[in-house]
Amino acid sequence: MSGPNTDYDPVEVSTLQPEEVEAARDAALAAFAAAGDLEQLKQARLEHAGDRSPLALANREIGALPPQARKEAGQRLGQARGAVNQALAARQAVLEAEHEERMLVEETVDVTVPTDRLPLGARHPITTGSELIADIFVAMGWEVAEGPVIEAEWLNFDALNLGPDHPARTMQDTFWTSPAEDHLVLRTHTSPVQARTMLTREPPIYVVCPGRVFRTDEYDATHSPMFHQVEGLAIDEGISMAHLKGTLDHFATAMFGEGITTRFRPSYFPFTEPSAEVDLVCFVCRGSGLDESGADTCRTCRGEGWIEWGGCGVVNPRVLVACGVDPERYSGFAFGMGIDRTLMFRHGLEDLRALFEGDVRFTTAFGSEL
Amino acid sequence: MKTPVSWIRELVDLPADVTTETLTDRLTALGLKLEAIDAPGAAITGPLVVGRVLTMEPEPQKNGKTINWCSVDVGDANGSGEPQGIVCGAHNFAPGDLVVVVLPGGVLPGGFAISARKTYGHVSAGMICSAAELGLGEDHDGIIVLPADAGEPGDSAFGVLGLDEEIIEFEINPDRAYALSLRGVAREAALGFGVPFHDPAAREVPEPDADGYPVIIDDPEGCPVFAARRVTGFDATAPTPAWMARRIQQAGMRPISLGVDVTNYVMLELGQPIHGYDGDKLDGAIHVRRAAEGERLTTLDGARRVLSSDDLVIVDGSGPIGLAGVMGGASTELSETTTHVVIEAAHWDAVSMFRTGKRHKLSSEAGKRNERGVDPLLPAVAADRVAELLATYGGGTVEPGATLVGVVPSSPTIEIDADLPARISGMPIPAETAVAHLEAVGCAVTVQGERLTVVPPTWRPDVTDPYDLVEEVARVVGYDQVPSVLPREAAGRGLTREQRLRRRVGRLLAGAGCVEVVSFPFVGEQTFDDLGLPPDDVLRRTVTLANPISSEEPSYTTTLLPGLLKAAARNLGRGAPGVALFETGTVAFPVDRGPAPIYGVDLRPSDAELEKLLEVLPRQPLFLAVVLSGESERPGWWGSGRESGWADSIALVRRVASDLGVPLEVVSAAREPWHPGRCARLEVDGVEIGHAGELHPKVCKAFGLPPRSAALELDLDHLMSRAVDVVAGPALSTYPLAKEDVALVVDATTTVAAVEEALREGAGGLLESIRLFDVYTGDQVGAGRKSLAFALRFRAGDRTLTEEETGAARDAAVAVAAARCGAVQR
Repeated sequence: MSGPNTDYDPVEVSTLQPEEVEAARDAALAAFAAAGDLEQLKQARLEHAGDRSPLALANREIGALPPQARKEAGQRLGQARGAVNQALAARQAVLEAEHEERMLVEETVDVTVPTDRLPLGARHPITTGSELIADIFVAMGWEVAEGPVIEAEWLNFDALNLGPDHPARTMQDTFWTSPAEDHLVLRTHTSPVQARTMLTREPPIYVVCPGRVFRTDEYDATHSPMFHQVEGLAIDEGISMAHLKGTLDHFATAMFGEGITTRFRPSYFPFTEPSAEVDLVCFVCRGSGLDESGADTCRTCRGEGWIEWGGCGVVNPRVLVACGVDPERYSGFAFGMGIDRTLMFRHGLEDLRALFEGDVRFTTAFGSEL
Repeated sequence: MKTPVSWIRELVDLPADVTTETLTDRLTALGLKLEAIDAPGAAITGPLVVGRVLTMEPEPQKNGKTINWCSVDVGDANGSGEPQGIVCGAHNFAPGDLVVVVLPGGVLPGGFAISARKTYGHVSAGMICSAAELGLGEDHDGIIVLPADAGEPGDSAFGVLGLDEEIIEFEINPDRAYALSLRGVAREAALGFGVPFHDPAAREVPEPDADGYPVIIDDPEGCPVFAARRVTGFDATAPTPAWMARRIQQAGMRPISLGVDVTNYVMLELGQPIHGYDGDKLDGAIHVRRAAEGERLTTLDGARRVLSSDDLVIVDGSGPIGLAGVMGGASTELSETTTHVVIEAAHWDAVSMFRTGKRHKLSSEAGKRNERGVDPLLPAVAADRVAELLATYGGGTVEPGATLVGVVPSSPTIEIDADLPARISGMPIPAETAVAHLEAVGCAVTVQGERLTVVPPTWRPDVTDPYDLVEEVARVVGYDQVPSVLPREAAGRGLTREQRLRRRVGRLLAGAGCVEVVSFPFVGEQTFDDLGLPPDDVLRRTVTLANPISSEEPSYTTTLLPGLLKAAARNLGRGAPGVALFETGTVAFPVDRGPAPIYGVDLRPSDAELEKLLEVLPRQPLFLAVVLSGESERPGWWGSGRESGWADSIALVRRVASDLGVPLEVVSAAREPWHPGRCARLEVDGVEIGHAGELHPKVCKAFGLPPRSAALELDLDHLMSRAVDVVAGPALSTYPLAKEDVALVVDATTTVAAVEEALREGAGGLLESIRLFDVYTGDQVGAGRKSLAFALRFRAGDRTLTEEETGAARDAAVAVAAARCGAVQR
């Protein structure tokens, strides 16, 4: 850059002439406007706004002007360069937006392609069904009790008022371990868990016992030598059948929806007295016994309007005595139903065996929770 | 129990407007559960009439069959009064017999419409019917030949056959043995509608005397009461009256002969099993005693039975002549030539009956009633009723002598608070209502202030306890009256830690792509052979079942793998490209501590007794197993897929252990059924909890799985017991991370775990993480050597680390690895 030159005639510095500055500015604006993409704009920028552009070069000459001329030339040049930079930024923004838009269009994919690279896992509906039931009771303040599958004969039968000659022992055809003199069975119900609970805990007792049980049944669409039960036991002062009804009504509603309640029919179980069969309002036809068309019978309850759900009753005081609960102070109720069976009618399963085949198509259909 | 409605109505004054449905609803509410209502005639329409066969001409046919061309008198039922010509293929009848004829225009069950049609060269105008054709049973042996008194030609056959009747089938609970009779069902119906009941057992019977057939009870506990009567001059060939045969049939039994039919009819009517002996075949007095061990008896069904000293037997001078209360003997059976009938009606000890029936695998109508308990007042009544019917229809004489030996057992006396039924049922039942209902079911009640003294009726041996009385009152009030009340809120503690952990493991595995399976826990030797277990393998020591479903699989399993391997093969067989299955379930290991004790039930066992009971049970830990087979990642537009392998199985265990906060050690091991070079023993604090890895190729083959299938199995109870209880929240440093990668050449047999441990130790406290990211074998490192590349990450909690600090830590790490594993830095 030249030093100040007091004798310098500004008129002779042609690049700082207004016409020249304007021409350079207009050329720049025109070049920017003409740039069709970011690459062209880059070229135009180097040419018209870069270090070697006419306006940049002209800017260097300002110092050579006499002081009185500098201000005017500086202003002129500043305005021109401002306009150029502004136009450049504006064009840059436009072209970048255009570029981005084009890129987004070009990167379009077919989102309908399969994405199932990793197969889905699932928990078994018997597991999630048992948990659903357990959670309903836990929400009422109950606890979940468990016990072994291979059980002492005394706990599975005797303690529950099923003596050695009780006819019910033949009704429940039992798997015995060998030799039978070992007095061990594959538990025929989850009731021994109730006995264990009473034997080891002080009332009040409120427990549900879901679990696997065995009977020597044929294996067909509705029977299995292995199945699952959930039983409940409440022992407290002043417990009556009314509390049993209240609890089962609540359970039914929580499990099957508003308006689905229960009814009792007299029945017989050695461990309860009085005993009842518990039926559930058919949650499909809601008790009407008719299908959706209203013309045929409901397939779920076969027109009964009710579904047989399980057995229940007031705990037989003989059971309380055998398990160390004072029957003068406490009374209790107990109930039990098949989990597999409950799932069958809740989910419209035709064949019980689907639960035990392990076909992943079956299990994954239920998702991760019931 | 099957009962025709008309028979019930005969014994109860039911209002005419009570429909069968109302009746069964009420009885179900009282505890006699409706099983089915059978209306046998509902599927038959049109003219079904009684006919008399006038002539029958056998005509052999070209197809080898012989048909009968019959003319049958059907009265005016055909409009003309002329005999009806009918072709019939059956031969079990003769001219003069009364038969059942369906005339043209009639429709039989199954929509089978009858018309006059040309067949075998005749126009057959109708059909002579068999029981099966009328939907009355499976009996295809021939057409129905009606008793001679059944009716006149042209009468409607609906009434004659009972086709116009409804038959109710009840499911009778074991405590309601009295309802295995019309007497019991009708009594309940009377109770249900509050109408009079006509007790068929209410009859005058002659006083017992010394002229009856001699009976001696040697075992009064087994046989408290024995009644006997005699009928002489009896014609055993006399036909059973049609009405009686029909009712026996309606009740689900088969008419056999008059003598047998009468005993069965009275059993159905009263509930008292009765046996008839041919009096001429009896040798002297009847004794009742326990059998001698090994004594033999041929029963009515022709079976030669070896008796036990627990069996009650009827004996005469010749030896055993009947298995008491269960089945009579062949030697004194009623036959066509019997003229002298000795009638036995006895009360038996129910438990003894149950044991004998079970021992001899005999289930009879008599046994069913005797083992559940019969009214002990019935024997004399029932014997008298049988004698009367035999004499009436068999033309004999009831001999005057009446035998009745023994003592009727006394009914218990039960005392209860008058408000007990209300308290236990939860229904507002005033004391006077309770008393009234107890009396209505037959109890004798004495009221003393707030206490009731109750003697149950003799026909209710099941009623022994206070709560039995509660049930009686409650069922009469109606279970539908029980209010719905929630019990007080229990102060529960939620799921146990173990229950929560189990859910957590299941969710984790499902999240990792595994599908849960529930399989049967039964295995056999073949299963263990398929797993390649050596003969002395601990898994072969099982709890076996005395009565398995299949003798091939008599054991409760010691491993979950067989069920999973079979399920995996099933899935692949059904077209799945790959499966990842898991199961959590208990397995069983014998403990050999002797038999489980049987305690009394009148008192809680002591803690010591309880402990003894629990310690003899097999050990039943909860196991977790996973089987991975075939494709684990699918091929697709993104590239190729991936097969499961040994590493996936170990990764899953690590994932579970890590989630539970359990430090897991993976150690090389060889364990069947795994590939000996690709098996990991899983340890927690030096204790083995299971194995994982690739399955042995032979095992894959045995179960029909592709090679390289992998599996893991571990003791989940043990793993969960080591789970971190309360996690200490980590303090995180936000200072910059310093990265150092090292490549170490070691002997090919040196494990990554050993090198990693050495590096970790040498790196000291600044090391944040260490991770193997590459393994190289080849020329550059030489044969028998491998290069392991580790990424070391350092960070301090209080400052930014300098290059010197991280460099020093890295060098220290390498130095320890060099010293301990002979590692050389590349």
